[in-house]
Amino acid sequence: MGVDNPLGENVLTTSLDALVNWSRKSSIWPMTFGLACCAIEMMAAGASHNDLDRFGIIFRASPRQSDCIIIAGTVTKKMLPVIRTVYEQMPEPKWVIAMGACACSGGIFDTYSVVQGIDEALPVDVYIPGCPPRPEALLFGLMKLQDKIMKERNSFGSSIGLGERYIPEAA
Amino acid sequence: MAENNRAVQKLKEKFAASIIDVVEFRGEVTVTVAKAAIIDILLFLKHSLQFNQLTDLTAVDYLDKKEDRFMMVYQLLSIANKDRLRIKTAVTEADCSIPTATQVWKTANWLEREVFDLFGITFDKHPDQRRILMSDDWVGHPLRKDYPLQGPDREPYKGRLS
Repeated sequence: MGVDNPLGENVLTTSLDALVNWSRKSSIWPMTFGLACCAIEMMAAGASHNDLDRFGIIFRASPRQSDCIIIAGTVTKKMLPVIRTVYEQMPEPKWVIAMGACACSGGIFDTYSVVQGIDEALPVDVYIPGCPPRPEALLFGLMKLQDKIMKERNSFGSSIGLGERYIPEAA
Repeated sequence: MAENNRAVQKLKEKFAASIIDVVEFRGEVTVTVAKAAIIDILLFLKHSLQFNQLTDLTAVDYLDKKEDRFMMVYQLLSIANKDRLRIKTAVTEADCSIPTATQVWKTANWLEREVFDLFGITFDKHPDQRRILMSDDWVGHPLRKDYPLQGPDREPYKGRLS
């Protein structure tokens, strides 16, 4: 009866890619890296009105527990080594979101002390324009990242040494 | 007028040879002095005229003036006398150094580190002369007027190309 066999005689068939990608996109845990005013919008996106938790997006304070880093703000050359260290501490697979004009291109800070886009140092998956982007824009960017994760192929197989990982060019 | 300012009168009595210029503008008194006497004047201002607080210490780069390129600026406050005074002294590009004011006010330590970092003026006998804002391996002094705004490794911006 039911207690011994709660799910009945059900069988689900799916591809391993679909299962792995679905589980990854449903639990994006971002590293908080607020650097400027974009961080305020990122916090607003995480708070109850927009509520990132409903996507399984839970901010982590440690890079060891994160699989996504949201570069939220102006990256100075003095901060860049810190970001590199945090990024390297994150376990694979990992994704990068450049949030706002500064993280995408340096923004209005066309000066000697500012990195002209975080893509000079990290492989960026999603660029979110805006100065700063509203929480809706960050949500849209995160959903774009989910779409991109769903298009990955053989990322599980490559991690156990079977074949190459395929990452789509553009989401 | 600036000549009636008590501190300026006392300074003129004691350091007549070292006072280069006295200006008053909108109630702010500025005294320009010779670099050789700067520490004696600052010590005198602190201990005899009760300018017990150094509110700011900075520098200005006058790139066109080849002789006296940099101007050190000391903003003083006397809490007892409710009086403010600005002391300026020129620093040449060839001899780009000045005695440290940390021997007078301890707070000059970090302010002088900032001037050293951004203008490249060195402070003799400074207790801890390191960069304070830029990273330790930075080359150059960004607030100098001849430092390229977008950094030495980039093509300068020449307006929109379209």
